[in-house]
This record gives sequence, C-alpha cells and structure tokens, in this order.
Amino acid sequence: MNRSAARRLRSRFMVGLMGLAVVLAVLPLLLILGTLIAKGAGSLNLAFFTNVPVPAGETGGGVLHAIIGTLMIVGVACLIGLPLGIGAGIYCAEYPASRLTFATRFVSDVLNGTPSIVVGVFAWTWIVASQKHFSAFAGSVALAILMVPMVTRTTEEMIKLVPHSLREAALALGYSRWRTSLSVVVRTTLPGIVTGSLLAVARVAGETAPLLFTALGSQYLSFNLDQPMAALPLVVFNYAIGPYEEWHQLAWATALVLILVVLVLSAAARLATRRKFTQNG
Amino acid sequence: MADPTPRIATERLSAMYGKTTAVKDVSLGFEANRVHALIGPSGCGKSTFLRSLNRMHELSPGGWITGRVLLDGQDVYTPTVNPMQLRRRVGMVFQKPTPFPTMSIFDNVAAGLRVGHKRSRAEVAETVERALHGAALWDEVKDRLTASAMALSGGQQQRLCVARTIAPRPEVILLDEPTASLDPQGTQRIEELLYTLKREFTIVIVTHNMQQAARVSDTTSFFYLGDLVETGATRQLFTSPAREATEAYITGRFG
Repeated sequence: MNRSAARRLRSRFMVGLMGLAVVLAVLPLLLILGTLIAKGAGSLNLAFFTNVPVPAGETGGGVLHAIIGTLMIVGVACLIGLPLGIGAGIYCAEYPASRLTFATRFVSDVLNGTPSIVVGVFAWTWIVASQKHFSAFAGSVALAILMVPMVTRTTEEMIKLVPHSLREAALALGYSRWRTSLSVVVRTTLPGIVTGSLLAVARVAGETAPLLFTALGSQYLSFNLDQPMAALPLVVFNYAIGPYEEWHQLAWATALVLILVVLVLSAAARLATRRKFTQNG
Repeated sequence: MADPTPRIATERLSAMYGKTTAVKDVSLGFEANRVHALIGPSGCGKSTFLRSLNRMHELSPGGWITGRVLLDGQDVYTPTVNPMQLRRRVGMVFQKPTPFPTMSIFDNVAAGLRVGHKRSRAEVAETVERALHGAALWDEVKDRLTASAMALSGGQQQRLCVARTIAPRPEVILLDEPTASLDPQGTQRIEELLYTLKREFTIVIVTHNMQQAARVSDTTSFFYLGDLVETGATRQLFTSPAREATEAYITGRFG
C-alpha cells in the first residue's frame, strides 16, 4: 500500500471517530427529548396550558399558574441580572487592565462554579428571612445572582472578538469612547451577547433549588411578586415526588412544557435581533 | 517648509510607546491640495507619525508625544482642543477596510455625520450621495444603499471607508497603507481617487509601495528608524535623492 492510500485510510478513520463523537454527544439530548415527549405528550392538551391545578384525586387541571410564574420570576431576574451582567462585561472588555476587571473576572468564575442551592440559601437569608415570608421576588434575585456571572463572562468574551480596527475606525470618525463602545462594538457583537444571555436564561429557567427557599411554589395563579409563586421546575419537583401515578404523568408533561417555554423564548429573542437588511445585497 | 503656510505641520514631534521612541524630533509641513507620501521600511515610525496627526496615537497603549502638531497654525495638543472634534477635521482611512458590519451602506457613510452638529435628514442623504460620488462608488451601490456593507468587495469596502471619511468634509485625510489589502484593480481605483480628492483635501498617505508613492504623490518624505531622513518633491526625491540612505532605500538595497 502506498503512502497516499494509507493517509486516506487514516483520514477516513479519524473522520469516522469524530462522527461517532458527534453522535454520542447528541444522543443524550435526543434521548431526553424523546423520553419527555413519549411520557409527557400524552398528558398535554389545551387545558393543560390554560388551567390551574385541581385537588388531588380529581382529573384535569393544568400548569398555567407555573407558566406565568416562571415567566414572571425569570423575567424579573432578567431585568435585574442582564443589565448588571452586560454592563459588567462591557466594563471588563473596555478596561482589561483595571484591578476591578481582574476582581470581577475572578469573582465571576468562582460564582459560575458555585452550586445554585448555595445562592438559594443566600437569597433566603437576606430576603426571605428578613421579610419573614417567601416571595417570588426573592426567587428572581436568586436567579439573577446566578445569571450575572455567566452573562458578564460571555459578554466580555464576545466583545473581545470584535476587531480592534473597527473600534479605531469609529474613534477616527470623531466618535467618543462610550459611543464607539455602544453603537459600534456592542452593536456588532449583539447577536453574541443575546446568545450568551439566552444560555443564562435557559439555565436559570430550569433551576429548582434556589426557588425552593424563595418563591416556594403555590397552587394558585398569582401575579404578586411579594408572595409565593409557582414555577415550572417546582411543579415538576412536587409532582415527581408525589405518591400518585397521575402526578408523575403531570411531572413529565410539565417538564416538556418547561423545555417548550425555553425554546419559544430563544426563538423569539433570536428573531428579534436578526439583522435587518434588504435582500439585493 | 518655508513656502506657503502648510495646512497641517509638526514641530519637533516625537512619538513614544512607553519608554520606546518611535518617531524622533520630526518637523514637517503638508501643504493644502497636495498628496504627501510617507515612505520607509517597516517599523520606521511613519504610521506612528501619521497617527500623531489626528491624536490616534495617544489611544495606543503607552502612547504619548512631545512637540507640537499645528492644524491651520493651531496646536492640536493644547488642553482646550477636543480630540473628537479634531478627528472630524482630520479624517483617517486604515489599512484594512473597516465598514461597520451592522450598518447598511448608507448608514456607514452617514456614520460620521451622526456626531458633531445636527443635520437634517435631507442634508444627510445629500451628503452621503455626494461622498459616494466623491469616492467613485455611487454607480455601484446606488441601487442597494440599504444592503449590508459587508456584501461589497474588498476594494468597494475600502472606497466606502473613503466615502465615510470624506462625508463630514474634513480638511485633511490621512491614509495608512490604504491599498495594502487590495488587489491591483482595487489599488488602481484608490490611486485614481487620490488624484481627484486632492482638489478638495490635504492628503497624507503612508505607503509601503514606492511605486505607489511615485505615482500618486506630489511630495514624499522618507522615514528611517524613527527619523525623518529626507523630504522633497516626489520627482526629485526619486530621481536625485540628497541622502545616501534614501537612495539605498529607493533603489531597493534595503527595506
């Protein structure tokens, strides 16, 4: 066998290995989705999205209260966490040599590795214990604390990818530093920042532990952030540890709804930030 | 330079990066409505010199200067001068085309008009069209002004950057190796452009390419190791240089 044939064979073998790795990497995701659909889709119907739970023993009922709850708790968490995280990320990228940047990076990395239940306990100590009642707002704060370091780091990394020449071009036009940063650099990297924020949202939307000590969960539809509120992960948790087979079914269905909610949020955010140009370009 | 008052000039300008001196004690003036070429081997300080003229050098890490830069006789480094306003009077085109990727062709050219004094919508549209004509790009883009600037070819992108630079009507245009990343056709179009642009602007161009300097410029200055070695009318500098180092460089013995 000559050399080029041996190389071709080796190349094919390596490509095969990579392909196998891809399959193995995607397989768990497909299995999870498949299981969720197989076990949960049967309990899904329109009423599941539009009703609140019924007492144990009755059939029917839905998770509207938890869908609203998750959207509200995560929404408020975004209002708190995204500006903080994106702002801190821009600062770190703009002042890479600053001592504050160094500290921010270090703290963000540590916080990124902190178990979410620790953050839940923290929010319980500072908000729930001092107010002497559980509240959805405390849950939002806990989720925001989880989001900030993720968003900070991805924002900084995304901004660093913008070529320096672009920044110089704006400055040479007489742009001020902050205007260069916001209307050229951040604007250019916005899709990346949105992706980073979405990852953070998707992650915290599924968090259960920090909500156990804060938002607590509820059987009723509520819009009051100062009171306990239901959330999809809490409903999954409560139904899953319950004694009834019907509840287990509901847990599967609720988990499927949770994934759908995250999916819809991602798709919407992507659509909203898609670049708008005419087609003949 | 004794004859007519230069539009922009330096007096004993030195430019440093931290403790390293990149440009040493250069006094040089540039007359209006001429193309001035700065040539010299890599690292000779010609780009740093150019960037000192519109105060871009001070944005580089550790960048600082001594000496003076006079625009119409006024020192641009006095504390009362706002560098942002200065850069609207002294525009710059870079080595690599740098269209803003999120903006349309129109918005790219209008980018420099959004800062400074307020302009009406009609005024902006008119100025953009005039700048695109000035950069010899109008005919190629007039039907797709709202398309992404990234859809243009490299040469078109660079002419777009020229349009963006001339739109706010600066007095001086600095070009830092503007054709280094272009193919021969793109290079030729930029060179032709310089010829028409000098009717309205004072042009200083840094170039690696000596033939280019000889083709496009009225005066040429040769930099070597941070020193201004020689400056003079382009034809004279290329045919009978006064200094030995200049002759060695233009005949290709080093650099």
